Amino acid sequence: MESLDLGPVWLSLQLATVTVAVLLVIGTPLAWWLAFTRSRFKPGIEALVALPLVLPPTVLGFYMLILLGPAGAIGRFWVQLTDTALTFSFSGLVVASVIYSFPFAVQPLQNAFEGVGRAPLEAAATLGAKPMDSFFSVASPMAIRGYITAIVLGFAHTLGEFGVVLMVGGNIPGATRVVSIAIYEHVETLSYGQAHILSAGLLLLSFFVLLGVYIFNRRLPVNRI
Amino acid sequence: MAILSINLNLSLGDFSLKVSETLKLDGVTALFGPSGSGKTTFLNILAGLEKRSVGTVSLGGETWQDTQHRIFVPPYSRRLGYVFQDGRLFSHLSVEANLLFSQKRSHYSAATTQPIKTEEVIKSLELTSLLQRSPESLSRGEQQRVAMGRALLNNPEVLLMDEPLSALDIGRKREIIPYIERLANDFSIPMLYVTHNVEEVTRLADTMALLANGRIAAIGDTAEVLERTDLWPLTGRLEAGAILQATVGDTKNGMTSLSIADEILRIPTIEVIPGTLVRLRVQAKEVALAIQRPDNLSIRNMLTAHVLKIDLDETVFAELLLDVGGQHLRSRVTREAVEELMLHEGQKVFALIKSVAFEGRLLTN
Repeated sequence: MESLDLGPVWLSLQLATVTVAVLLVIGTPLAWWLAFTRSRFKPGIEALVALPLVLPPTVLGFYMLILLGPAGAIGRFWVQLTDTALTFSFSGLVVASVIYSFPFAVQPLQNAFEGVGRAPLEAAATLGAKPMDSFFSVASPMAIRGYITAIVLGFAHTLGEFGVVLMVGGNIPGATRVVSIAIYEHVETLSYGQAHILSAGLLLLSFFVLLGVYIFNRRLPVNRI
Repeated sequence: MAILSINLNLSLGDFSLKVSETLKLDGVTALFGPSGSGKTTFLNILAGLEKRSVGTVSLGGETWQDTQHRIFVPPYSRRLGYVFQDGRLFSHLSVEANLLFSQKRSHYSAATTQPIKTEEVIKSLELTSLLQRSPESLSRGEQQRVAMGRALLNNPEVLLMDEPLSALDIGRKREIIPYIERLANDFSIPMLYVTHNVEEVTRLADTMALLANGRIAAIGDTAEVLERTDLWPLTGRLEAGAILQATVGDTKNGMTSLSIADEILRIPTIEVIPGTLVRLRVQAKEVALAIQRPDNLSIRNMLTAHVLKIDLDETVFAELLLDVGGQHLRSRVTREAVEELMLHEGQKVFALIKSVAFEGRLLTN
């Protein structure tokens, strides 16, 4: 049996970490807006955000391949900016993963912000807290469970993605060959031993991360106002 | 004292609020009205939480809203404290951290007055034993005490209170009211106190505004406004009655004596220093009449009075206005009784009042 290459594992973890970071930065303001807006565009935006939940990854991957490719709208811009192609690169994977995992981060955050509601924010405002201050000192700590759920789901979902990665990233060792792709290839080449090790590792990791979250969540006080 | 000038319009579907008034806020001013009359909406406009209103709001010399000149000071820049009906303590912070949250963002500016001291607020509201607790572990009454302390530590120029006692049962209410009275005395911050409970108005407020259907129907001295019979239809649930001022006497056998001119009223113990002036509201239906001094009666309170006016309404009842040592008292009896006793204006009568629980207010001056 050839020695096990752990490169894809690290790449997956790296991808998931970066994706989650980007998701939080983009997803938080959007989730906030969705939680508190009275705009008539809200249902439309919500439907867009939820699309990755129902679309086959191949559909998503196909359109992203076109959009991110050197001839696509985003891809062309990226080439001008960095002189490298977005498709079949790590950066391209991040973009694809962010879109693919978007609802898994936005929805828990939106629910959490809706759970916090306007009341504590109004109270904070009458106590002299400006909006950003209220957000960081009141809304965020009260929505902590939402953040944890968003981080865990975003992370786990990115670790587990396959179709979109394959379409957009391909299988380049060190750049786009994440663990799910590696497992697929091990199976294709009938290296079941290695497929087993990676699969079981991913299984255990996922289980213990989720277990940790559920234990932690139980310890957190339920936020009511 | 603070001068609040308001000239406002707000239309929300069927409901409209239209207020044009200058209020001199000193001590406790009650904003009284039935549910749905727009009281909370009014406070929210003042606080800047209801942005759909059109018009002007200013406190002292400071303009908070002027729609025409596109001025709208956000809530966090208005120097006011708001005690919400449901407390709205931050559940992720301890009681102490809730207080500090407010104090850190205090509106205090060195130019104006002395800042309110945390220790004084904690002492006045007796919060010491609660400081390390989480808001959820507190009773409703304790939560409201903390909420009041939190609002005060922000050094507001005016304290808005939105039915802070409405979620409490009667026992708890009686526990909290003395704290509110103490706040008004200790920190000399004018309060605008919203309530639909006439006992709270009587007990806490010198001045009151009556809000009905989004309009201010009357404004003025609490006793005078509450005695205006023409306003009773507007106030709905308001029970007819009158307010008496009395001086506290000694306490014996669990009963405290109150003197009204030459008359003595006995009520269940109130812990007040003899000599203090108190105000109490006596409901008309609690007052029965006799034309001779009755003996062997369980009713302890018998006041000599003169009939000033008899209002026969369309029902089977009659409403009598009485004079007790220069003060007014109201009695609601049946028309039948008026006829049988041949009651007439100017007549001397004995007003019998069952000893009811003290629901009056301690007057400070």
